[in-house]
Amino acid sequence: MLQAITFWVLASVTVLSAFFVVSARNPVRSVLWLILSFFSAAGLFVLLGAEFLAMLLIVVYVGAVAVLFLFVVMMLDVDFTELKQGFLSYLPFGGLIAVILAAELILVGQSWGEAQVTAMNTASATPADVSNVEALGMLLYDDYAYFFQAAGLILLVAMIGAIVLTLQHKPHVKRQNIAVQVGRDRKTAVTMHDVKPGEGLGE
Amino acid sequence: MMEIGLSHYLAVSAILFTIGVFGIFVNRKNVIILLMSVELLLLAVNINLVAFSSYLGDLAGQVFAMFVLTVAAAEAAIGLAILVVFFRNRGDISVEGVNLMKG
Repeated sequence: MLQAITFWVLASVTVLSAFFVVSARNPVRSVLWLILSFFSAAGLFVLLGAEFLAMLLIVVYVGAVAVLFLFVVMMLDVDFTELKQGFLSYLPFGGLIAVILAAELILVGQSWGEAQVTAMNTASATPADVSNVEALGMLLYDDYAYFFQAAGLILLVAMIGAIVLTLQHKPHVKRQNIAVQVGRDRKTAVTMHDVKPGEGLGE
Repeated sequence: MMEIGLSHYLAVSAILFTIGVFGIFVNRKNVIILLMSVELLLLAVNINLVAFSSYLGDLAGQVFAMFVLTVAAAEAAIGLAILVVFFRNRGDISVEGVNLMKG
């Protein structure tokens, strides 16, 4: 009973806030609705028994991706009312396509029979007596170890790509040149001056 | 109504996916909202994977949801980096000027 109520609350909050993400006038509000949507989806994951993924959703999406979006939205000084133009002209056609798409997806979901799946064609059955995190870890580091490495490689490529794209060399910014710094010797670094009393160096 | 099954989660995921596609349709000019719509699409896919994984007793779905999460994070980072570079070059983020970026 309580589980059903929780499901309906979380599902409706997820869907409603997702709708506000795409319809909000101000992108900052869009990001905040996106955070609410991710948070409620994490609640749905807990209901499904995927506790680790729920925590991952909050840490990765809410903690990193959504904050990154917020950062970029606030950093770029853009006139957002101008970008909102054309919203109404695309609304009828986009809405029609969206309704058809939703109807088709829900139809497929409702008419799909669970009976088609037997123990024969499960990829890796959920172990009975261990927690979700432990089972996921055993699976990830054994059966899917290469996929795990590939995921790390994807993140590395993303990190290098983002740095390469946004790094810029400005002429007035002094940068460290290690070869010059190490190649200095006593002749170029130190000069001797004969300073008279009371006159100073005079430069 | 009070018995929550797999089809309920599939319906939520379908609606979420649809809202993502709808967001891409109607926010044609604002790249930031487009990226957020793509995040919604990937979230819908994740809900689908986790729901099937939970109801069919197959943990592989959750592993793949984790990989989808990885790809989504990488995509957001690269997309926003391209957006920042684009804004630096043009002074706005209208999609209509994106074809100026070629060569």
